[in-house]
Amino acid sequence: MSTVPPAPPVPGAAAGDETGAALARDARRERRAALALALPALLLVGLVALLPTLWLFGLSLIEGESLSLAHYRRLLTEESYRRIFWTTFEIAAVVTVLAAILGYPLAYWLSRLSEPWAGLGLVLVLVPFWTSLLVRTYAWLVLLQRRGLVNQWLLSLGLIEEPLRLVHNWTGTVIGMLHILLPFLVLPTYAGLKAIDPAYPAAAASLGASPVKAFWTVLFPLSLPGFLAGCLLVFVLALGFYVTPAILGGGRVLMVAMKVQENAGLYLDWGAASALAVVLLLATLLIFALLARLVPIERLLVGRS
Amino acid sequence: MERRDPVGIRFEAVSKHYGTQAALDRVSLEVEPGEFLTLLGPSGSGKTTLLMVLAGFTRPTAGRVLVGGRDVTRLPPHRRDFGVVFQSYALFPHMTVAQNVAYPLRMRGRPRAEIARRVEEALALVRLEGLGQRRPDQLSGGQKQRVALARAIVFEPRVLLMDEPLSALDKKLREAMQIEIRRLHERLGITTLYVTHDQREALTLSDRVAVIEGGRIRQLDPPRTLYEQPRSRFVAEFVGEATLLPVVRHGSGLFWRGRPIRTIRPVPETDPLFLVLRPERLELLPATGAAGEAEPNRLEGTLEDLVFQGESRLAEVRLEDGTPLAVRLPASPRGESLPLARGSPVIVAFAAEDAVLVSDSP
Repeated sequence: MSTVPPAPPVPGAAAGDETGAALARDARRERRAALALALPALLLVGLVALLPTLWLFGLSLIEGESLSLAHYRRLLTEESYRRIFWTTFEIAAVVTVLAAILGYPLAYWLSRLSEPWAGLGLVLVLVPFWTSLLVRTYAWLVLLQRRGLVNQWLLSLGLIEEPLRLVHNWTGTVIGMLHILLPFLVLPTYAGLKAIDPAYPAAAASLGASPVKAFWTVLFPLSLPGFLAGCLLVFVLALGFYVTPAILGGGRVLMVAMKVQENAGLYLDWGAASALAVVLLLATLLIFALLARLVPIERLLVGRS
Repeated sequence: MERRDPVGIRFEAVSKHYGTQAALDRVSLEVEPGEFLTLLGPSGSGKTTLLMVLAGFTRPTAGRVLVGGRDVTRLPPHRRDFGVVFQSYALFPHMTVAQNVAYPLRMRGRPRAEIARRVEEALALVRLEGLGQRRPDQLSGGQKQRVALARAIVFEPRVLLMDEPLSALDKKLREAMQIEIRRLHERLGITTLYVTHDQREALTLSDRVAVIEGGRIRQLDPPRTLYEQPRSRFVAEFVGEATLLPVVRHGSGLFWRGRPIRTIRPVPETDPLFLVLRPERLELLPATGAAGEAEPNRLEGTLEDLVFQGESRLAEVRLEDGTPLAVRLPASPRGESLPLARGSPVIVAFAAEDAVLVSDSP
């Protein structure tokens, strides 16, 4: 919410004070009008996101009929839960790093293209969004399975002698999630790179920076806000992934969202499911707080003149 | 900051085509070592393209560029050793002023102590001592301009290139910066190529001015020659204020609407011919009266308006054929004023040496 400072009092005659009061009233009315415009969205967010989250939080504290920390105790003591959290953060981190390594060069290349090629390239990046996530995940299942296209090609090229185990495991999960999440990294990174005045890299070159040096000293630092936004987006989305690890993991990869589903859907244990969701949320926020400490995000975002 | 032996720049038949459009059409130009040369032209004339070819950011379609006798046509920009000041300044927003100015020295791997000393020197040279720790977004337009200048000269480049560096500043600041740029050029003696569309700026700053239009150099002369002896209609109209009147040849004489025009200036060989009248070279006289009889050239008209502009007055005269003609008069000192009312008939007189004639093409 933006805070508009109150209109300064007008010194002098009573007529001036009246005008000042009227101006302050006008300012207040404008602020209220802006709030009224945002109200439907705020109500929606409050009703369908904030309220259920609080409700869940409440549920996680109830065991049987009484208030209790039993669900949380179980999360801490049971080895399987700790493994699930470890797997979840590990996969999210690996997918984020791989998406960064693959996505940044792609975004950079797209940002160099002239029209109409840049537009075409962006459409190609977006095409996967037009098909359902489920369809894409099953497509990967077909491609990666024992007698799938990928293994057939590798066999016929003589690169491997035995089919690789590419799916129903950790590898398949990472491949599928990487494919689905890559555009979420490419788009903000591309937008960030596009927003950089081409005079900056030109100036760096004129001042004696080789293309590689100009990239690392000027272009890359200036692209960081968009790039980091993309990385965070991928990481957060990966933490909550359900469908892809469920299908491509073949039951060997258990992520938090799947356990939540299992607890709520299979065992009808809403308390346990809620506790899991709450811990995941808090852990994510904790990681953000740590990252914000390490990376001076505000410093990167200021002064883009 | 040391003076380096200045180098000359030579463009040899440089062309740049975008599709069928020629942004530069076989431009040949020689810039003397240590010279301040300005490329002056309207937008789209090719002046910036020529500068970008020299800087190495634009690949020419044909021709060669030599700096200090060495062919640099295919040399990448970062190895050219030219200081460039961009129109948008292009100060790196994620670095402080000192880091910006240190950048070219860092890229050259200079020792830390030397960098610190030279950054100090460069900032002092543009009168920005003590602002090293500021960020670019905390500076005013004029200060940004100075930082850009300091960054472009701190590594003692062989050539300084400036692309409309003052266009974002207001008039007063622009004039102050023009003087600073001149002073800096005199002090460093660095060969400078300057691009602008502001003819006044070009006349103020330069040793020589190249007027560019349609991808070709129309005239290359010192400012005074350019102003007093334009060689084409385009240059006469683009540089300074001027009214052009079509004149015809009859035998050895020149006539405008049957009136003889006397000149002691060279007359171009080709038709059509135009008489170039500079507002400040004209005299305004009442139609009745004997004053100005001595001037050989007299045109009749009506005084339309007389505007006070501070240091001078501008009279708008409508000639007998309806052509508007501007006449600049000194702002009346000590209350003296022209006994002329709007709508009264007037005579515009000028000397034979102020009757400059140009043709359509150079």
